[in-house]
Parts: sequence; structure tokens; C-alpha cells
Amino acid sequence: MPQLTIIEWSGKEHHLEAETGQSVMQTALDALVPGIMADCGGSCSCATCHCYVDEAWVPRLPPPEAAERDMLECALDPLANSRLSCQLRVTAQSDGLVVRLPRSQV
Amino acid sequence: MSSNDLLIVIGAGHAGAELAVQAREGGWPGRIALVGDEPALPYHRPPLSKAYLAGALALDAMALKSRAAYDKAGIELMLGRRVVELDRSAARLRFEDGHSTQYSRLAFASGGRPRRLPAAAAGADAAENFHYLRTMADVDRIRPRFVAGARLAIVGGGYVGLEVAAVAIKHGLKVTVLEAASRVLARVTAPRVSSFYEQVHREAGVDVRTGVQVDGFDLDTTGRLVTRVHCSDGERIECDLVIAGIGLVPNTELAAAAGLAVDDGILVDAASRSSDPAIVAAGDCTRYHSALYGRSIRLESVPNALEQARCAAAAVNGNERLHEAVPWFWSDQYELKLKMVGLSQGYDRMLLRGSLEQRSFSAFYLKGAQVLAVDTVNRVPEFMLAKRLVAERIAVDPDRLVDEGVPLKNLLPLA
Repeated sequence: MPQLTIIEWSGKEHHLEAETGQSVMQTALDALVPGIMADCGGSCSCATCHCYVDEAWVPRLPPPEAAERDMLECALDPLANSRLSCQLRVTAQSDGLVVRLPRSQV
Repeated sequence: MSSNDLLIVIGAGHAGAELAVQAREGGWPGRIALVGDEPALPYHRPPLSKAYLAGALALDAMALKSRAAYDKAGIELMLGRRVVELDRSAARLRFEDGHSTQYSRLAFASGGRPRRLPAAAAGADAAENFHYLRTMADVDRIRPRFVAGARLAIVGGGYVGLEVAAVAIKHGLKVTVLEAASRVLARVTAPRVSSFYEQVHREAGVDVRTGVQVDGFDLDTTGRLVTRVHCSDGERIECDLVIAGIGLVPNTELAAAAGLAVDDGILVDAASRSSDPAIVAAGDCTRYHSALYGRSIRLESVPNALEQARCAAAAVNGNERLHEAVPWFWSDQYELKLKMVGLSQGYDRMLLRGSLEQRSFSAFYLKGAQVLAVDTVNRVPEFMLAKRLVAERIAVDPDRLVDEGVPLKNLLPLA
């Protein structure tokens, strides 16, 4: 199973076994990682699953589609490596992915 | 509270599942039982009228959290179980199967059920092709008849009805929407937004009829299938499938019978506490005083359910978290992303920014200079800004509001 690391704003790290095809958001919810609120359930409507993708991983992921870019534009504290974790799929290629959670989601 | 204490959560929807998990995260030391009358793991409800109905979402993608997550949090799932009696003086619940148990803290997250169509009470609602749409089981029953060429009559032009219509058209069904009010979405949007949605659906091929009451049904000779819908204007609509979406009734009977304060919703304060110190409540089954609107409100909304659940979880752990989030809602139909913030009741004028024709606009509901609510269509960035306009009661200049040359963010106070 692909490995996924989620780092809370506090610095606490969660090393997870992720299921291929699931979203990073759902993986976090199943592992009870605090800081992924996911209020809209992954429909790209709320930006409460905002995360920062580790710089090294940014070019290795499929780029965000328009709907996700729109949401990110208005998320709290967006950065160039911001993504919505509901739109990030776990794949064999994402093995080892590292994401960090923003200050607004604690 | 100690490890011997038991928190029972009645209702395993969005509110109940969040409440149980957050109570544990917040330090509840004892047992937690999550009771739901449906057999499935707590699941995402919004996709029922969208991707799940379309068959685009598998069963296991519907769960809010995996079974392992509840195990990890030490939450006992009591699924397919129904509570039938609450004795508050003894702090005791009785289940349908006769089993009873004592609680230390109780949480109502009992949600709601579809409002029944009076005209169907004579037998049509027992027909095999007549459905309400609230649960996964409802959709599972709908889907075998939800096939290309089938004639679908939708009773009710609210969010559920229109979302179903959009999915049905894409699947090749022949769709008629029957709305009793003079326009669709009448309870929630301004006339211009309603007519916009009517036009979108008509262009997609939906037969949208407004101002039409449904006053009866014809059944086939077996009595098991609806064949025709009777309308008050004398029309008869031939159909293979009927889906009614005419609103929600909050599940408050158990609470009311036990003497909790109930008034179209279990009454709770901003911290999700009921009139009984041992009982909290969250979600569609509750009513609370909104400081923003200065009146009591009952919302049918996932974000509201989740936030109230977080407040309720804090309350059972002896902490206070106040629900101050502004109400918001969303509805996906065709390629339109409708996102709404606030409650528009009582507005004195509606201002449009953007273009109905280009299907990209925001509708602002104003009372004086205060923005009560905003509907945005395909304007997500404006929706996020609109949340602040509503929540922070930011007074706006109407001329600048409708001027697309002025970025909306310029109407917010400087940070």
C-alpha cells in the first residue's frame, strides 16, 4: 500500500498506509487525523481539507483542475503548493507523499 | 466523568458520527455508543441525489469513516437499531428489541425524515415505483427503475428534486418536475434565480411545471405500481417512476415524548445543549437561536450538522464551544455549482453581479446595507468572500457590489 505522511500544524506526524484510489482526505478521516475537517465530504466545496504538498512532490502530482484552483484562491493562507486533499488521489505514484496542514485547521 | 460512563448518540448521520468521534478526541473517558436505524456505516448523504444516484460512486466510497476509524476511537456502532423510549428521570433508553440501557450523557442527532405527500397517503406511497429520497436504501430501490427511457415524475422543485432531475436527464430519462409553488426553489431563492434554474432545466429537456398541486395517483391493476400522477389543473402525467422531495420533518418525537423542549426541532443553545443538562443535540433535528439573524432557526445542512456536533462534543466533555458559523449550502446541478451562504428571509432587495446568460453570477440579498445572504453560481471565489460579507455583517455599497470592474474583495475591510 502506498505510504502517506500527514503533518499537523503542531508538527505531529501521521504515517499512514493509504488505499489506492482513495483521496488523501478520506485516508486522513479514516485515520482520525485532526485538522482535515472535510465539511463538504470531498465535493470540492469548502476548502476545509486544505493542505500543503511537500515541495518535492508538487511537480509529481496531477495539477489541480479549475474548480480546485478556484477554491484554493480563497482558502486561508494559500501558498503555491496548496492543494485540497479531497482532490488528491492515492496512487502507486504517490507512494511516499508528504503533506502539511495549515494553521487554520487545528 | 470516568471510564464507567456511557455516552449514547442517537442517530448515525453526519452529526452523530462527528459527535461521537469528536467526543472521544476531546477526552471522553468512557464508552461511546453510536446508534443508527440504518444498517450501513455512517455515510455521506449529499451524493445520494447526485453521484450515488448516478451510479458513479461505489458503496464503500460513501462511508464517512472506515469501520477501523470507529474501532480506533473506541466507538461502539449499534447499527440497524432503533431507540423507542427515553426515560430521562432514570437516564434510561429502551430499544425496539426490548433491550434497555442507562446513559451518563445522551446526544440527539436524529436528523429528519421526508415529509409525506398527502396525496400519496391513500396507497401510492406503498407502490414499488414511488419513492422518497433520504437514505441509501431509498436510492438502492430507485436505481433499478432509473434507466434510460423511463418516464420519471418528480414531485417537488426543491434542491433534491432538481438535483435528481439533472442526473435523470443525463441518464436519458424523460423527466417532469411538478412544483406546487409558483416557482422552483421558492423557499430559498429570489424569483430571478428560480427562473434561471427553471430555464436551465427546460433547456436540458426537463418538463418543469410550477403552480401545480399533485392531488392523486392511478395505480395499475395489481395496485403495486403508480401509472399516472393527477395534477390539480386536470393534467394526468404518465410515469414509470415517481420521486417525491417536498421537505424534511425533524425526528423529535422521542425527545418531545420525554419532555425535552421541542418546537419544530429540539431546542438547543449555541453550545448544542438541550433543556436537560445530560442531553445535547445536533444537526437537522435541532433549533437554535441565531445571533446573526436574531431569531431561532432550524437548518437542513451538512456543515451546520458538523459544527453543531463539534459544539455538542465539547459540551459532553464539560467544555463550551459556541456555534457561530454562518449557514451555508451547496447544490450541484448539471455543470452549475450553486453555493449559498446565509438566510435570505426578510431581504428588501436583491442585486445581481455577473451574468445569468453566461451562467456565472452572484445574487446578493440585502436588508438596507447588510448582506443577509448570497447565492453564487459558478463563482466560487465570490462565494468565499460572500461568507465574510454575511458573517461579519459588512455594510456594502450597492453600486460597487454590482460593478464587475470592482473586485469583490475590495468591498471587504482592509485586513
